[in-house]
Amino acid sequence: MTRAPLALAVLVGAIGLALLPLLAPSYYASLMIPFFGYAIALLGFNLLFGYTGLLSFGHAMFLGFGAYGAAVLAGKLGITSFEIVLIAVMASAALVALPIGLFCVRYVGIFFGMLTLAFGMLFYSFLFKFYHVTGGDSGMRVPRMNILGLEFAQYNKIEFLAGPFYYYSLALLIIAAAVMWRIVHSPFGLHLKAVRDNARKAEYLGVHVHRFRLAAFVISAAYGAAGGAILGFRVGLADPELVYWTQSGQLVFMAVLGGFSNFFGPIIGAFAFTLLQDQLQSLTQYWRFILGAVLAVIVIAFPEGLAGLAGSLRRTLAGKTA
Amino acid sequence: MVAFANILVGGVFHAAVLFLVAAGLQLVFGVQKIVNLACGSFYALGAYFGVSFVGYASTAGLSPWLIMPALVIAGLLLGFVGPPIERLLRTVYSRDESFQLLLTFALVLMFQDVLRFVWGPNPRSLDSAYLVYGVINAREFSVPVYNLLVIAAAIATAAGFGAFLQRTNYGRILRATAENRAMAEALGVDVRRLYAVVFTIGTVLGTTAGALVVPTAAASLDMAIDFVIEAFAVVVIGGLGSMRGALAGALIVGLIRAFAIVVYPEAEVLAIYVIVIAVLLLRPAGLFGRQAS
Repeated sequence: MTRAPLALAVLVGAIGLALLPLLAPSYYASLMIPFFGYAIALLGFNLLFGYTGLLSFGHAMFLGFGAYGAAVLAGKLGITSFEIVLIAVMASAALVALPIGLFCVRYVGIFFGMLTLAFGMLFYSFLFKFYHVTGGDSGMRVPRMNILGLEFAQYNKIEFLAGPFYYYSLALLIIAAAVMWRIVHSPFGLHLKAVRDNARKAEYLGVHVHRFRLAAFVISAAYGAAGGAILGFRVGLADPELVYWTQSGQLVFMAVLGGFSNFFGPIIGAFAFTLLQDQLQSLTQYWRFILGAVLAVIVIAFPEGLAGLAGSLRRTLAGKTA
Repeated sequence: MVAFANILVGGVFHAAVLFLVAAGLQLVFGVQKIVNLACGSFYALGAYFGVSFVGYASTAGLSPWLIMPALVIAGLLLGFVGPPIERLLRTVYSRDESFQLLLTFALVLMFQDVLRFVWGPNPRSLDSAYLVYGVINAREFSVPVYNLLVIAAAIATAAGFGAFLQRTNYGRILRATAENRAMAEALGVDVRRLYAVVFTIGTVLGTTAGALVVPTAAASLDMAIDFVIEAFAVVVIGGLGSMRGALAGALIVGLIRAFAIVVYPEAEVLAIYVIVIAVLLLRPAGLFGRQAS
């Protein structure tokens, strides 16, 4: 893809999102907060899936880690600065991901998926069953925090989410995407792609395959925790549903919906999924069926996802004019 | 000691149901190389349909003594959902396994709402009809005969299945196709048909297990997504694609759950995944699986 139109598209997208709270009702602005959270988590997820070729079916574990981390730090320890919480959950998620990843990255394909699934369910059952520590199925409260040291006390929760916190999350997403862009286009990112395409050959050429996979796993965990902290902050609650395996499936769904072979695919996927789910839920109580059907169609007919669809559309248009 | 016997029978009963579902999962994975997340949905479908079927049958004058055969028939009747789903999965046989997994995940989502649409959001149950077979009482030890019958049925299925795979001609063809699809096809096996048959058998194992469990536990929407994850644990412990593994895995998971509930309820689910992870780390191919090349 050429750089100029891509940069233009990204700029238009960012400006569109920046104007949204001014143009749309505040409901849509606060609806976009989960999108920012999921998009950040998916950027990390896709480093693992799209760029390293490892499908994690337990990635909701890190979403939960972020949300529960925020609940513990802000709720129990009384830390009121969201930045400190964010950095702390990202660092501790990376720290936790290190031993887990050490085990998981020895496997690929279905075994990697199952091992991550097992770790995810392990964490879920801990959250669900150890009632006195985690609150069990009622979860833990995530209190309101300061952003950039400002309290915004004059705003109520909804105004706060649709206003300052919206722009704050948008900025976080842009920073996260910029950092990820640097990562995947660095020699490190190229190593990951080499590992994905042919691990044995990469090994032969002197790439420490396990070490690179582990690094991707750890980075994706930190991204997941950041996304989870935003999700927890928005709802005001960290609950075990966020960690259940169907949530991990939903993350994979979003990545495939957007197109995991494209850098922006996961962001597009998170956006499309958030809007689609919201609209379907207001239309019918059988929204899961339609989501499932959409997923089936994407998997069977459009494995490149929405980003791939846009790409081929652009190519056919270019072909006609040329 | 008395409590011990009760827990043991409870655990083996759970293992028997788990085995049936896991056997379906194993068969489909062994032959078609597809990990079917929707097997839990078949299980839930069987449970709901079992409730309705027995309901109709008893208003039509079915003797309560025939409730177990009626449930088995209900499970078998649901075999018709197998072929169209297999047809859908056929589109991704040659694709990456992540796509296959996702397509079955799509089926899970769709089944959730099909069940909700047909049977509504509230759990459905057969009220203690299974006690018609009586309860064995020996001092404090008591176990419903129905549970023992289900355990016997699972053992019979395991034995019958083993004989089918090992001794019949069709079983040999099936194993040959699992071993080397291209070669089997070259030797004249109608692989498309075989896949449809295998998937239908897998479906029927799941639906029958669901139908058989419904007299002792209510059919609910959550059972689909809860049970598939347990069946997953079974096949990972036993080894993907291995029938003996499914049996061993089901016993391990069933008994651990039964004992954990009594000894330390918080660890009920936790213990299963600790074992799953331990097995994956020490013997990635599972207890009875072949080491992956």
